[in-house]
Amino acid sequence: MTDVAIRRRRGGRRGSHVLAHVVLGVGGVLMAFPFVWQILMSLSTNAEVQSVTPHFWPSELHWENYAVVFERLPFVSQLRTSVLITVIRTLAQILLCTLAGYAFARMRFFGRGYILGIVLSILMVPSQVYLISQYQIVQGLGWLNTLIGIVAPGLFSAFGTFLMYTAFQNLPDELEEAARLDGASPLRVFWNVMLPLVRPSINVLAILTALWSWNELLWPLVVTTYQENMPLSAGLATLVGDKNNTSYPVIMGASVMALAPILILFIALQRKVIDGLAFSGMK
Amino acid sequence: MSSAPARLRPARATRRGGAEAQARRRDGAWPWLFVLPLLIGIATFYLWPILQTFYFSFTEWGVFGGTTWTGIDNYARLVVDPKLYQSIGNTLLYTAIVLLGIPIAVVLATLLNTPGLRFAAVYRVLFFLPYIAMPTAVAMVWRIIFNGDFGVLNWVLSLVGIDGPYWTSTPGVALVAVAIVGLWSSLGFAIIVLGAGLKAIPPEYYEAAELDGASAWRRFTSITVPLLTPSIFFVTVVTTISSFQLFDLLYAILGSSNPIVPKSMSLVYFFYREGFTLGDKGYAAAIAMVILAIIGMATLVQFRLQRKWVVND
Repeated sequence: MTDVAIRRRRGGRRGSHVLAHVVLGVGGVLMAFPFVWQILMSLSTNAEVQSVTPHFWPSELHWENYAVVFERLPFVSQLRTSVLITVIRTLAQILLCTLAGYAFARMRFFGRGYILGIVLSILMVPSQVYLISQYQIVQGLGWLNTLIGIVAPGLFSAFGTFLMYTAFQNLPDELEEAARLDGASPLRVFWNVMLPLVRPSINVLAILTALWSWNELLWPLVVTTYQENMPLSAGLATLVGDKNNTSYPVIMGASVMALAPILILFIALQRKVIDGLAFSGMK
Repeated sequence: MSSAPARLRPARATRRGGAEAQARRRDGAWPWLFVLPLLIGIATFYLWPILQTFYFSFTEWGVFGGTTWTGIDNYARLVVDPKLYQSIGNTLLYTAIVLLGIPIAVVLATLLNTPGLRFAAVYRVLFFLPYIAMPTAVAMVWRIIFNGDFGVLNWVLSLVGIDGPYWTSTPGVALVAVAIVGLWSSLGFAIIVLGAGLKAIPPEYYEAAELDGASAWRRFTSITVPLLTPSIFFVTVVTTISSFQLFDLLYAILGSSNPIVPKSMSLVYFFYREGFTLGDKGYAAAIAMVILAIIGMATLVQFRLQRKWVVND
């Protein structure tokens, strides 16, 4: 490369960096503004939130708004429900989807291809199609307004099975064969040899399941009727239009607390989350 | 390690056949033990419900439970229901606005992928936050941003002399407001997927173009965009499918008791309202079938159109 070309290129790069920082900076601020504004409002008074000329910085920080959240809302029980749904579903999917994914990818059994095809065909069906019938089943089992009722359908996942199926399929044969020749049982081969090798895909599955479970609205809204039994996602939605809860700072405080766990988890694991979600696009 | 696969390949090919034969002999009931827990759940909560909903769509539900077969009555009623067309129109409007985010995402992803750009990770996190945030929680702050009396948006508009509307209570406008939030929340996903596509473009193409004196804009339009079309197509399909399933943001921003809901519903909100607010589950099942058909058709059309504009070198 000639000196001129190098100089032109460097100059060009520096120029485009300024432009990139301006555009990305403005965009980034617009993206982050609602979150920052929400935190600021959660520390304001109701009058400040409703002032016609926005009062961006609260004149005094009203931390007590957060305490009021716990008085006005069954916040603790909703938080517990959200945490339990998320943890139970994530653990169940890791277990069930890795087991099934492994068998589909690496074992032979009658009808394997057809069964896998049927399971994967669910991926093309929008969730509304099974919602009514799932409601009937959960109602029939007497699980309406219970944790098990909210959790149940999400314990099983065609997407998770597909994810783990592809992960196991990409592994080499040698290790598995060696373990088998040593006389290890299939369960042992699966647990001690193969499972550790698909760790990255398990991370993706865990992150996505946690994210979707935490944020999910429609199903919890359908199976729960009392605020105490709802997860945070549905609990917050019921605050809209509730005439007894017009304190905006308190609603903002509750929202901030509902957002915080998943946002903190994301910022801590951002590389993995971003890669995982890019991969989830394949579904 | 790198030379091992090449050396092993012939041996492995023969051994694989042996291993398969061995697996057939040895696995026995094991695979069933592995797949049955999942299959039972999938059959109960997904496969059976799909069949049952199809059946439900031909029935009417009594007040005290029990269903009566009514043939195509639900569908006949649906075809002449103005709410169906209104909610389809609303869903399409929402989808169209959210899809406007894709060209924006192409530009942002390209800038974000500028070689040697500082703070790229920070920008990536900022753009991605809305995508992972709980829709009902962010809806609370957007309701206030859109508030007609004291909202920030109308305040900003008033600075340039525009008298903003009551965003969340004016039919037609409400849906645009929700779509703005939809665009805000889906942009990060598009940027990430497109970013992965950008990384796959060989840097030599840019180097050669630069030596030929191609401007940054020229490189963007002649190299980046054409080579990115497979990723753009993919994001378009995924965004369309998820936009057609609009519910969370709409429900959380407008609320369930808002009088404009019947005029501002999406298809899924229409489904939810008929089935779970009004309790007409047979009718809702028919709506679910329409949603299935529309999403299927939209995906098919996009795959047909793909041949016209996606560059597969």
